[in-house]
Amino acid sequence: MCYCRRRSPWLFHMNSGSCNGCDIELIASLTPRYDAEQLGVVLQGSPRHADILCITGPVTHNAARAVRTVYGQVCGPKAVIAIGSCPATTNVFIDSRTLDGPLNRHVPVDVFVPGCPPRPDAIIEGVAKAASILAERAAQETTARPVGAIEPSASEVK
Amino acid sequence: MDLTTALVRFLIFPGLLFAVPAAFFLLWEERKAVAMMQGRIGPPFMQPFYDFVKLLGKTAPPRVGVGGKLMQLWPLLAAASAAGAVGLLPVLPASGGFEGDLILLLALLEVPSMCIIVAGFSSRSIFGEIGSAREAILSVSYNIVFLLAILSIAASQHTFRLETLAHLPNSPLQVMGVLAILICLPAKLHINPFSLPNAEQEIYAGPMTEYAGGELALWNLSHGLEWVAASGLVATLIAPQVASIGAAIALFLALTLGVVLLLSVVAAATARVQIDTTVRFYWQCTLIFAVLAIASALFMGFKS
Repeated sequence: MCYCRRRSPWLFHMNSGSCNGCDIELIASLTPRYDAEQLGVVLQGSPRHADILCITGPVTHNAARAVRTVYGQVCGPKAVIAIGSCPATTNVFIDSRTLDGPLNRHVPVDVFVPGCPPRPDAIIEGVAKAASILAERAAQETTARPVGAIEPSASEVK
Repeated sequence: MDLTTALVRFLIFPGLLFAVPAAFFLLWEERKAVAMMQGRIGPPFMQPFYDFVKLLGKTAPPRVGVGGKLMQLWPLLAAASAAGAVGLLPVLPASGGFEGDLILLLALLEVPSMCIIVAGFSSRSIFGEIGSAREAILSVSYNIVFLLAILSIAASQHTFRLETLAHLPNSPLQVMGVLAILICLPAKLHINPFSLPNAEQEIYAGPMTEYAGGELALWNLSHGLEWVAASGLVATLIAPQVASIGAAIALFLALTLGVVLLLSVVAAATARVQIDTTVRFYWQCTLIFAVLAIASALFMGFKS
């Protein structure tokens, strides 16, 4: 089971206010030059199918709730990769009043792939690392929640 | 066909014991062929198996109430009926069969598609509902041609027995029927250019959007079994009659792989067409050939 988890990471890509630079690099890692499918990587359309959540962007106020909802929709065991410098530190947008970042204020992040944008090789290495973290994580640790069961945070209630 | 033969055919060959590894193999072959057409190396040989086991180990969201239980039932029903359809294929010479098994095979082949339609609606997801509506429209379009093509072959021989049809000598009518079936298979298997129900860039995963874990694994398995059943049906129709069991199995495997390779290459080389273009394609362009085929088959039947 652990081996199969490591060999079959399915990704869900989410943009939380990114400039699209990292998104292009993530797609580039699936193209013929880098061919991440050799590691079993498939980009899925639905968060329900995914194992690894790839988040780009510095997490804007509008995206924060969506990030938490999508994280809740991914079924366990799951891992989160922060792609680029924005979700790690909010990068050049630091102290912006439109931001609610960095990403680890909202969801637990397993792997940071720094860079602005990171190279596709680095993204693939991050996915491989996240897949091995996933393989070691027990299935019962994280449980999936149905849509709508996400509690709003205190800042959103007021 | 007595009970023992039926059980052996359903459980061992060409049923579950053979069909499940074959389904994984064909899923891999499809992905590998598409990857090679795109200039990539593609997934490793065991990839569909890894995906299946990994999905079995994932937690699924809780399913409550009758709707939730039904959501769990559909993939099971789809996989079971696809496995049953594979079990009916007359692969071995003199493997036994019964009058009317063609009708049962066609019905079983249709069950997964119906399950996909109801699964999308019972998941209550907007993407699922759009995908299901598309699958229903697609099903109405290609099934007319698909059924007419098979019926034209059956009507020319006055039998609904698969074994008799499998051992027919090649005739222009049979070639035409098999061609029509091949044209319908991309729509039946939801691959390009007719991958409308699971159009990833438009409606995420279509009817499967809300499925996760073991349920999704069963959907993948049923898709693989559909590949085996559909390409196996074409293989048995075009395979020449051979006496030895080993040669029959080898021929069946080779033809099945050839059909899957052909469909994958077509899928990799084409883009998705719109739903109205698809409907027009099947109702206007292909239907006329199917009607011609069945008319000539009936005419031949009257003459003989």
